[in-house]
Amino acid sequence: MTEPILVVDRLSGRIAGQQVVEDVSFDVPALGVTALLGRNGVGKTSTIKSILGLIERTGEVRLAGTRVDRLPTHRIVQRGVGYVPEDREVFGALTVGENLRLAERDDRPRRDLVERLFPDLVERRAQRAGTLSGGQQQMVSLARALVNENRLLLVDEPTKGLAPRIVDEVAAALAEAAKTVPILLVEQNLHVVRALAERVVVLSGGRVVFTGSASDLLDDDDRIRRYLGVHDATSEGRSR
Amino acid sequence: MNPQRTDAGAPAHEVDPVDRADAGERSAVASARRPFLLIGGGIALVVVLAILPLLAIDLPGVLPGPTYTPGTLQLLAYAMLIAALALSYRMMFGLAGLLSFGHALFFAAGAYGLGMTLDAFAPVSWPSELIFVGSIAVTLVLGIVLAATVGSLALRVTGISFAMVTLAFAQAGSVLIRRNPGGTTGGDEGLSLDIDHVPDALVGVVNTRNLYWLALGVLVFVYLVVLWVERSRAGRVAEAVRENELRVRVIGLRPYTVKLLVFIVASVLAAIAGMGYLLLQSGASPRIATADFTLTLLVIVVLGGVGYRWGAIVGGIVYTLLDQRLTALAGSDLIAGLPAVLRVPLSEPLFILGTLFILVVLFLPGGIAGIPQRMSTGRKQHPAETEEAADA
Amino acid sequence: MSTLLLLIITGLGLGALYFLVASGLSLIYGLMGVLNFAHGSFLTISAFLGWEVGRRVSDGTWAGLAISAVVGMLVGAVVAAATEYLLIRRLYERHIEQALVTVGLALASVALFEGIWGTDPIYTQKPEWLGQTTEILGAKIPNDRFLLIACAALVLGGIVLFLQRTRYGLIIRAGVENRSMVTALGIDVRRSFTIVFAIGGAAAGLGGVLASVYYGYVSAHLGSVLLIFAFIVTVIGGLGSLTGAAIASVLVAVLQQFANYYLGGTGDLVVVIALAAVLLVRPRGLMGKVA
Repeated sequence: MTEPILVVDRLSGRIAGQQVVEDVSFDVPALGVTALLGRNGVGKTSTIKSILGLIERTGEVRLAGTRVDRLPTHRIVQRGVGYVPEDREVFGALTVGENLRLAERDDRPRRDLVERLFPDLVERRAQRAGTLSGGQQQMVSLARALVNENRLLLVDEPTKGLAPRIVDEVAAALAEAAKTVPILLVEQNLHVVRALAERVVVLSGGRVVFTGSASDLLDDDDRIRRYLGVHDATSEGRSR
Repeated sequence: MNPQRTDAGAPAHEVDPVDRADAGERSAVASARRPFLLIGGGIALVVVLAILPLLAIDLPGVLPGPTYTPGTLQLLAYAMLIAALALSYRMMFGLAGLLSFGHALFFAAGAYGLGMTLDAFAPVSWPSELIFVGSIAVTLVLGIVLAATVGSLALRVTGISFAMVTLAFAQAGSVLIRRNPGGTTGGDEGLSLDIDHVPDALVGVVNTRNLYWLALGVLVFVYLVVLWVERSRAGRVAEAVRENELRVRVIGLRPYTVKLLVFIVASVLAAIAGMGYLLLQSGASPRIATADFTLTLLVIVVLGGVGYRWGAIVGGIVYTLLDQRLTALAGSDLIAGLPAVLRVPLSEPLFILGTLFILVVLFLPGGIAGIPQRMSTGRKQHPAETEEAADA
Repeated sequence: MSTLLLLIITGLGLGALYFLVASGLSLIYGLMGVLNFAHGSFLTISAFLGWEVGRRVSDGTWAGLAISAVVGMLVGAVVAAATEYLLIRRLYERHIEQALVTVGLALASVALFEGIWGTDPIYTQKPEWLGQTTEILGAKIPNDRFLLIACAALVLGGIVLFLQRTRYGLIIRAGVENRSMVTALGIDVRRSFTIVFAIGGAAAGLGGVLASVYYGYVSAHLGSVLLIFAFIVTVIGGLGSLTGAAIASVLVAVLQQFANYYLGGTGDLVVVIALAAVLLVRPRGLMGKVA
């Protein structure tokens, strides 16, 4: 097995002085999708934000062997990290085109890829992102990450609150992306996890409690109950 | 204690965990002895300050003359009133996290309120003492009403908007005072105190030491009230609100009521300091109602150290003395002999104070009162962080 | 009718001044969360230096005024950018401290201006035409009002163009909305802080030179007076909104003129009451983003 693309070692994060990530260690292999799982509020989003330096953090984060935990967010991203935040965070007052243009870091942005994956966005280029539906906003958010050549994608709950048809579309786009770039995925919908992820990392109380292959977790009802607190995997992710 | 967790975001100042544990132990020992030391020290300080007018201490460069002279006593009394005012401002800003730009309004309300009430009573033929005490009572009531009105409106918004609403009310007050409605405020000239109904002991240069004692009394009173508020349940809630309003709401307390209480108490204390100011200065000038005056208070509190109660007192006294001495320095031969590049800035006290303030904000986050702690821990940190570290 | 027109156009002229100060304040706050108390000082120093250069070149002529304006804008931009770079940047993300530093700078700089140029207003010369009036529908309108309105309109247009058409404009607009997401796209947002300060400083600098035309003098307190109204305008318009600042500038200034004329000189009070009312009814201001 090759060297992991991302190594997280004893990472802790705090927001306004409060510990939200505690001593988390795991790594993301250089290929495929790694899912970061856990119940609501265990610090999945905060872990992603700590990796990016969006919240105060200590500990070690290595991207492709280089330490990035002392770098400001924009430098980490410039090293080839695409970020799709929870709740999409599109710039509502900017048009779709402007949202994408802002995200382009490379000399040769992969506009054709984005246009192939999300044909809807081409038509809506001049529309304000704030007036889009949730699903369309998620497309914009994904497109912002995919428009660049990345070494790693951090994707936070991309299917949250979306209609089943859109969930499939998002999953398809992620599967397509995963062919060329490793992804660390936070996801509540276990169907999506099953379809995409090879490996899973489970957090509980801000700590890693399980690391292993996706099937080891998902085929074991007892583990699912214990770590994720759900009986019926299909109902998960719609509760909010 | 896990050293990995204590110092997020500031890896450059990482501390040896042994040192830190050590410091923790030391402070634990110190805090057991602290109350007695502090109370004892406080009483001793007040006693020293109280007998100052009977002594002849001369601090050339710091004080304009020996401590028994009216000029020096006047300056010291003024400094103590400003310290009391700053203390009340710190209670809002430092304790409850309310950044008000309108605190000057209440100081002015106290000064102008008392002056105008005394004027209003002038034709009445009651005994002077009754009128004097009655005027103070009336002013206090007016202060409470004003504070409750402004506070209940302004606290409906938070953060910068709160600052702006308070600024707006203070500005309105300032405009009113300058406009001199019905000839009651004296406009730009200021209001002069009608001494007919003021006790003789508080009038005239010969009685400056009485005014000095009065100012000391105001300062001690304000300090005790602030202490009481901070120790009270409301004070602790206010502190919690500053840290995390949402959490307080979740617990089921109403931040609004607590903040309003703190706002009213701080404002009334400012009004009391304002009354002292009127008596000390035998008048009030419209300057004390301006936004600039509130900014000065902010400077004083930050200069002294927001995280410390006595920081406001130190700040108030240091600021007043500096302001006065720098003005004296500006007019001195020493400065007049300098080339213009140095002479012009140095002859402007506010320039020096403003620059000093910038330097304190940039390089001395704990203010003057934070210096001892910085020396003992040898570590750059904000007082708020210290509290957190203590909680952890 | 003629009084009404005079009041409206004078209000628009004063509103133009407010806008020149408020536009920078609003952008700076919107992007960086910094309440810039030193903004008035940017205006004052620009007014003084613009006047010093202008009068030496050609006092009381259009050429002199044009040079003053150019110098004023340059000075404003440079001083503001330097402030951001030397003072504000060191306190990254500590908004209270950043505001405090600008408070210190405001106090110190006004004192310095008093030291250099004295405490009394210095009366300035202006081109003859600006001192005259033009009759519109029976109202005698002082000509300088037109200059103010035209300049503010140009500045508004210029800033809008910059924001809409350039990459930095795009970054600034996005940053006002969600700064941390901009950094999460790999953009060093701090560079645009300096630019926003420079733009705001330039607008305030032009405002300083125009204020000296409008009031007929320069003084160390020119900026402080305008700053308070600019704050009010910024809050009423909605922090971070350029359009809001433009609309609120006009509303506030016109309201002020009307109150001064019809309600016995209570313009300042009415403005303050309007601010309190707006904040209580609509805390985010007319066009502000949802907090």
